[in-house]
Amino acid sequence: MAKRGKTVRIRGSRPGFWVYAGLAVVLVASVFPLYFSFLIGSGDASTLRDPNRSWIPGGNFFANAAAVMNDGAVNFWLALWNSIWSSTIIAVSVVVFSTLAGWAFAKLRFPGGPALLAFVVATMAVPQQLGVVPLYVLFSEIGWTGQIGAIIVPALTSAFGVFWMTQYLRQSVPDELIEAARVDGASMIRVFWTVGVTAARPAAAMLFLFTFVTAWNNFFWPFIVLDRQNPTLPVALSLLQSNYFVDYSIVLAGVVLATLPLLLLFVVAGKQLVSGIMAGAVKG
Amino acid sequence: MTATITDRGTASGAPSPGRPVRVLSFSQRLSRWDVKLSPYLYISPFFIVFAVAGLFPIVYTAVISFMDWDQIRRSGEWVGFDQYAWILQQPKFWVALGNTFSIFLLSSVPQLILATFIAAMLDRHIRARTFWRMSALLPYVVAPVAVGLIFNALFADNSGQVNEWLGFFGIGPIPWHVEPFWSHVAIATMVNYRWTGYNALILLAAMQAIPRDYYEAATVDGAGPFRQFWSVTLPSLRPTLIFVIITSTIGGLQIFDEPRMFDQFGRGGAGSQWLTITLYLYDIGWGEWNFGRASAMAWILFIIILAIGLINLLVTRSLVRDEGGRGPVLTRAERRAAARARRREARA
Repeated sequence: MAKRGKTVRIRGSRPGFWVYAGLAVVLVASVFPLYFSFLIGSGDASTLRDPNRSWIPGGNFFANAAAVMNDGAVNFWLALWNSIWSSTIIAVSVVVFSTLAGWAFAKLRFPGGPALLAFVVATMAVPQQLGVVPLYVLFSEIGWTGQIGAIIVPALTSAFGVFWMTQYLRQSVPDELIEAARVDGASMIRVFWTVGVTAARPAAAMLFLFTFVTAWNNFFWPFIVLDRQNPTLPVALSLLQSNYFVDYSIVLAGVVLATLPLLLLFVVAGKQLVSGIMAGAVKG
Repeated sequence: MTATITDRGTASGAPSPGRPVRVLSFSQRLSRWDVKLSPYLYISPFFIVFAVAGLFPIVYTAVISFMDWDQIRRSGEWVGFDQYAWILQQPKFWVALGNTFSIFLLSSVPQLILATFIAAMLDRHIRARTFWRMSALLPYVVAPVAVGLIFNALFADNSGQVNEWLGFFGIGPIPWHVEPFWSHVAIATMVNYRWTGYNALILLAAMQAIPRDYYEAATVDGAGPFRQFWSVTLPSLRPTLIFVIITSTIGGLQIFDEPRMFDQFGRGGAGSQWLTITLYLYDIGWGEWNFGRASAMAWILFIIILAIGLINLLVTRSLVRDEGGRGPVLTRAERRAAARARRREARA
């Protein structure tokens, strides 16, 4: 990074010290903010403002975590549970419906297909903000404000998901396979089930991960429509700050707690996420 | 819905043994409907949800934006373009627009440059490849709200960590939460933290698709590493760079989470230093409960995004044309395969 000449590849040649030094800087930059929040989260109210604080975590993390968990106004456990089940439903639903639609767009010919696919892609440019006012009016009309259903239903399908599965299935399934199955008398859904779903599995796994992470971290719409008594984790975190801004050790202990589940997911599936982003990029 | 198709599939797949001839024709008829209808059934969930959560809100936002909306009665009076005029006359709106673009530029420009260099490093023949890639992607799974809280602490005005570090270099404390420009820098840093690694991986994928011959040829021609990067790598990355610019533009103009969390009040600072358009929209909508104005604001934001999207479309048209070219080729192959299958069937 420091010396341009060295970072730039002559392909296949062994990279020098500077490449590893640069990557180490990236690693530290990625990890440091998380460590910092654990550091402050394990101290007490004065830690953040103490210029001579130690870089070794203090012993208050569990006390601070308990303060977060037992805070009746923030509802941490309910928020955790809400985040888990709503993100899971959204991710499963997006994967199922995107695989179905992607299969149709990639492998079935039907009048209007290409135009409808173009329409799906075009909807990706519509900003979320354009829908929030009427959606709020709609959901308050049917009494769903404050309900997790209000954040699940609009997210049940995704234009990105449909596009992603279409691209993947178009490249990974030979048409002869479908024709052979049709000739053997398989119904459309049978062909989808045996040929399509089997082929779609790797892309479906990545779509699940992306959708899950996005749904878990989503803030704007849940913040608007959810009750303060029935939050998701990001909404609960935002409440923590307004309740505890004088004691940042509790706020950042809450951040650590809320980030842990996704860090675990990242440890387990980070490799897939990496290859998913890279696979998606080649087509983009 | 799936159940319906499965039922039909079973009916055509397992004809009842009693009357084979009639059942066969029945199943053939079923099969034709199956072929015709299935694609529409498969894509219908997307369009149903989009109708409810996408199309209806867009149209209704337009309607509400022409009204003086009363959320308690859930109706409003028609006021024409008054709400738009009101928005455009607010000095706060123009401040928010300026802030949004300032934060957007401060995040996307350094982010792209950094991401390109990180990608170039990851593109080398390094050991523990996956480990380094994952370390770059790690921030992507941290919620923007969490990032906001962490960096809010890091950028504390009085003896925050960043100011302390700057002190080592003899730089006096920077008022991150007071000066508009510095608050934009701090918020842009949060955005960069979360997205640089992600974009680096996208650019890395594009770099790996560059044929090695290009570099060999460049080496033969006597181009040094820097020249190779400038004349081979960067031009090959152009379509991907455009893609990254488009996505970060759409995301950047909608920024809400990070500025919202930058202090405990969430209103964009005492003097609107870091008020963004979406933050302002939220305040008008759910702070003042003025849905007509909030809707007008949403449409103005959409028009801005559309305008920038249109410029992007003009630039990327060559890309899109390439993409569309695949359709007919595949279709013809499909048709040939179908014809072959039909011939085989006739012979049997």
